[in-house]
Amino acid sequence: MTAPVYNFAYLDEQTKRMIRRAILKAIAIPGYQVPFASREMPMPYGWGTGGVQVTASILGPDDVLKVIDQGSDDTTNAVSIRKFFSKTASVRTTTATNEATVIQTRHRIPETPLTEHQVLVYQVPIPEPLRFLEPRETETRRMHALSEYGLMHVKLYEDIARHGHIATTYAYPVKVAERYVMDPSPIPKFDNPKLSDCPALQLFGAGREKRIYAIPPYTKVVSLDFEDHPFEPYRHDAQCELCGATDSYLDEVITDDAGNRMFVCSDTDYCDKRRAAMDGGQQATATMGHGP
Amino acid sequence: MTGIDENPLLTVEELTKWYGRRLGCRDVSFDLYEGEVMAVVGESGSGKSTLLQLLSGQMEPSGGRIFYRLRDGSTADVWQMSEPMRRFLFRTDWGYVHQDAQLGLRMGISAGGNVGERLMAVGWRNYAAIRESALDWLNRVEIDEARIDDTPRSYSGGMRQRLQIARNLVTAPRLIFMDEPTGGLDVSVQARLLDLLRRLVADLNIAAIVVTHDLAVARLLSNRIMVMKAGEVIETGLTDQVLDDPCEPYTQLLVSSILPA
Amino acid sequence: MRLLDVCNVAKTFTMHLQGGMQLPILRGLGFSVAPGECVVLTGPSGAGKSSILKLIFGNYRCDEGRILVRDGEADVDVATAPPRQILSLRRRRLGYVTQFLRAVPRVAALDIVADALTDTPRERARGLAAVMLARFNVPERLWSLPPATFSGGEQQRINLARGFLPETPVLLLDEPTASLDAANRDAVIGLVRERKRQGAAIVAIVHDEAVRAAIADTSIDVTRFATAA
Repeated sequence: MTAPVYNFAYLDEQTKRMIRRAILKAIAIPGYQVPFASREMPMPYGWGTGGVQVTASILGPDDVLKVIDQGSDDTTNAVSIRKFFSKTASVRTTTATNEATVIQTRHRIPETPLTEHQVLVYQVPIPEPLRFLEPRETETRRMHALSEYGLMHVKLYEDIARHGHIATTYAYPVKVAERYVMDPSPIPKFDNPKLSDCPALQLFGAGREKRIYAIPPYTKVVSLDFEDHPFEPYRHDAQCELCGATDSYLDEVITDDAGNRMFVCSDTDYCDKRRAAMDGGQQATATMGHGP
Repeated sequence: MTGIDENPLLTVEELTKWYGRRLGCRDVSFDLYEGEVMAVVGESGSGKSTLLQLLSGQMEPSGGRIFYRLRDGSTADVWQMSEPMRRFLFRTDWGYVHQDAQLGLRMGISAGGNVGERLMAVGWRNYAAIRESALDWLNRVEIDEARIDDTPRSYSGGMRQRLQIARNLVTAPRLIFMDEPTGGLDVSVQARLLDLLRRLVADLNIAAIVVTHDLAVARLLSNRIMVMKAGEVIETGLTDQVLDDPCEPYTQLLVSSILPA
Repeated sequence: MRLLDVCNVAKTFTMHLQGGMQLPILRGLGFSVAPGECVVLTGPSGAGKSSILKLIFGNYRCDEGRILVRDGEADVDVATAPPRQILSLRRRRLGYVTQFLRAVPRVAALDIVADALTDTPRERARGLAAVMLARFNVPERLWSLPPATFSGGEQQRINLARGFLPETPVLLLDEPTASLDAANRDAVIGLVRERKRQGAAIVAIVHDEAVRAAIADTSIDVTRFATAA
């Protein structure tokens, strides 16, 4: 059995061209959802096909790729996608954020600040922020075209009426470059401030819905809110038990059957780097599942 | 002439709509001034609903023109203006009350959200102010304040209709289109709604065009009336004139067909 | 300077539902009313007296002729004026007490009367309406009730209060004292005299000889204008 031969990064060159055109258009109109001819990929819809197609189209032989899922490099999906590109593009892969040139992510923005030499590719399930309020595509397209975003604030109003505060904790809608309202993909609202004025190029790909959108570097991105209920990034009441960080997004981990839990950084690379820095002096006293 | 020196709010010239070879309505012309309520009456197929769709900018006419006087005093041709402008007018200066309240409301959004939507659409960004305005309007249409966070799914037909009215009035429109506003409601509910409409229209000096097949509704709400049949305007004039002294055969037929209570 | 000038008015009803049968009512109707004058229309029942008032008010449309109502410096011809103008005239210049009260249902008597003052703030209008209702001896306990359940005389007094309140320069009265007792008849006479003193022009249909004698300056027998059947 001879091994299959893939075109670089799996997609044929014509497809990559089409996707790059969509990407250029998206960059020219920040936050606007550009339709593209999404291809059938070797993983089903819902497994990151949009992100994979965007990454495949921009990857070059000298790129260094990092793939994370909920901040972690070692979940099944992150591993699969990393292997996919390693096999079809033979690019160097890494878990270190600062070494990567292309970072594909599902539902998180890395804690380590990004640079102008990097591209962040988001996996997007539902690109349309108004979808659940206005099911008609014809209407939502009009609303974006005419900047009719009253309905978006109605959703936030409903949250406050129902919960006393804006209850949306992820996929929190934003306004890009003071024009288009965008769904930043299901990242926690904790990450929203990182979207704005970011030195890196941010690309968003939705495979099933066949849309690509972008935030060019150093673009103003504002989270929607009310004057008297301003956007507040989520603040944890805890710190990471592995590295002591107080400024990163934390995952809650159940450690045993007795219901004990601990908080650790969601961004595994960030956490590892911090622990390595601490280890440079002394041993870290990680308390995995023991003690009060 | 004292008191009659303002320009009309709405001027309609020979408005016509063909659906292929079928006539929707033909050569409708009239002026409407601020605070005037005009009823358009007729039976099914008269063209009255088509007319309302044309006038409210929801359907493009085959012929004729509609001029609307904007708040700054200038007059605009409704079908020459840009679509964003027309949609903006529809959301702010105009109101549209559907016969079926479900078409005019977002059933999955709370009453407060429904009333507040137009405000948010024109840039209101203070939650407390929006909510207060919504409460005020719920009061004015006689909906219990406590229902502000309920969705219209839990409302009765009459309440839904009143909510629809509140939703339309919140941006102080100058012209309201109503399509059989009391159709399908129980008689006592109809009566209450008509009283409310009458008072609100008078208090707020709103001009209105009310499509109805019910002459009693026309008499109660309007001071002018237009009788239509098969797409043509049969007779037009003051409501009491046309209903008490009908000249055209069809109008006489219509007036004489009402069953006395 | 006449406040009301009716010139050569003709009216025929065409009953299309009865095969186009014509019912002529009036022809060559003409008279005028000066400020402070009260013209009383006389004639048998069915002669067209109420129709004349309706024509003046614009409730009926006339086939020929002109109906001129003074408005400031100019005359408005009710026969040809656009609806907006007639509505304006009715608000400010032309009052009308119909033969029977036709009131919007479910509205309190006080508000029905107060609504006649279209340009006055609500509270003040209700205050003035209260005074007028008192003048017609309508008991206060009835003021907050809709008149649909009132007696004929009570309804008539609401109607009168509504017609007399706006102090219009021209006033049309259709049987204002029907169904009234002596005290209220006197109230009507008193108000008509007051209006005349204020310079109003009044056209009235009155059956009661005594009342007629008390208010009429001119009598016109409308059978003069009846058309040959």
